[in-house]
Amino acid sequence: MTTLTPLGRRLTSVVERREYGAYTVITVDDRAAPSPRPGQFYMLTAAERWGGGDDERPFLPRAFSVMRARDGMLDFLLEDVGPGTNRLAELDAGDGLYLLGPFGNGFAAPRDGRRAVLVGGGVGIAPLVMLDPATTLLGFRDADHAEGAVLIPGARVATDDGSVGHHGFVTDLLDLAGHVEVYACGPPPMLDAVAALCNAAGVPAQLAMESGMACGFGACFGCVVPTRRGYVRLCVDGPVLEAADL
Amino acid sequence: MIEFCGIELEHRIVNGSGTFDAIAARRVFGDALLERFPFAAFVSKTVTLEPRQGNPPPRLWELPGGMINSIGLPNKGLRGYLAEDLPQLAELPVPLIVNVMGSRREDVATLVSAFAERDEVAALELNVSCPNVKTGLIMGADPAELAGLLDAVRPCTEKPLIVKLTPNCASPAAVAVAAEEHGADAVSLINTLRGMAFDPHRPGEPWLGGGTGGVSGPAVRAIALNQVREVRERVGLPIVGLGGVQSGRHVVELRQAGADLVAVGTESFRDPLAAARIRDEASRFTEAFPANAQDPLAVVRH
Repeated sequence: MTTLTPLGRRLTSVVERREYGAYTVITVDDRAAPSPRPGQFYMLTAAERWGGGDDERPFLPRAFSVMRARDGMLDFLLEDVGPGTNRLAELDAGDGLYLLGPFGNGFAAPRDGRRAVLVGGGVGIAPLVMLDPATTLLGFRDADHAEGAVLIPGARVATDDGSVGHHGFVTDLLDLAGHVEVYACGPPPMLDAVAALCNAAGVPAQLAMESGMACGFGACFGCVVPTRRGYVRLCVDGPVLEAADL
Repeated sequence: MIEFCGIELEHRIVNGSGTFDAIAARRVFGDALLERFPFAAFVSKTVTLEPRQGNPPPRLWELPGGMINSIGLPNKGLRGYLAEDLPQLAELPVPLIVNVMGSRREDVATLVSAFAERDEVAALELNVSCPNVKTGLIMGADPAELAGLLDAVRPCTEKPLIVKLTPNCASPAAVAVAAEEHGADAVSLINTLRGMAFDPHRPGEPWLGGGTGGVSGPAVRAIALNQVREVRERVGLPIVGLGGVQSGRHVVELRQAGADLVAVGTESFRDPLAAARIRDEASRFTEAFPANAQDPLAVVRH
């Protein structure tokens, strides 16, 4: 039985803000709500200046996987790529933040004694941080982004420009030999590649996916992705999907 | 309690069709949803005769002050709805209004007849924003076309029939007059406005999988206010007013324009309890401005 999500959005506050190269981590005090499982997500809305910027965006909340949860303190990993993430990434200690969640299925434990292999790309490394330590492969665009790798000690790194670690795709580092199960989150081309490799090798893979989402709780039907079962809503049937179902 | 088309309602705030999935929300939020159900009646997503998968993604585009959706009315079809959805929706603590759509008058009549005999259903809402495949006309965009539809479906039920007017036509008020003359019990407006967005990475290609979509949110509120006012000037039917409602003041304004009930749509995406907050604000608004508390606004306090 899964934990129920508190009904209605709640006002929380940011207690800390740190930077890791191109990324910002905000810590949010959410002690009033149940703890999330790895791979679950929240809908974030800045309490102020949300919907009032230069072009009246952002308007909708933004979905983020939780990166860490300790004693009711939640960490979210942000990269400023648009009006919503720009506003969220400038939040600092004391600023208000509306939260809705935790939502979604989250990751499942490895099946039948398999050893976990984590594959992350860019800001998609966030949900992997909460998983138990395991062989971890992380891909980034460049050295500035690769600073995020410190969030998962011991990870092997690949960069697109070769400035840090392996010069090439993170999937170049993926070794599917042995009794393993892959946990992956990252940009769609990376997830497509991971799914193709795992499906070809008969290795189970849990993919934490992303899709434009208006609500997070099944209302808008906007976040569907195609699967063997037809379109499924990532918010209530994901965000973690089996590669074999795609 | 207030009365709408013979249905007793606790208050005047309902949801717009397709903006809240009470079944999914109950799975996520549990029975708290039933205990704090924010709507006085629940309007379900559009049901069609056959199952629909909906449009290919992407289905959403954020706008200044709103969004475009191109969902494409995914649903289980009449049979699936009756078997799987209706029993769950019947557990909600409020009357159920079922929204139906068909691309032929006979299909709409079949749907209306099927729900006419279900005690779980308090009223039906007709989604008339799709083309009649026989005439090629959008059913709700032309008064004569809508009259023909109502003549076909009105005899199928004694339950209240609400016509969800489309704003994408020359005169929603003229269509509302046809609705009144041909037996509708109420009208609801506005539905979303047709819009589109280009893909920023593929010049000239539409972003939405369905090509075009429906614009909703605060961006359409001024249009809703005016269309409700125009319809109110020409028909006496009860009106469900909706379009970009985000606060109690917006409820009061739609009431001033002539709406009997007010629906919350897109705002519920941002907060599932937005409608409860909005209702609370609307009642405080009328208390703070006693001059506005005269009929018809006093009823907002319920």
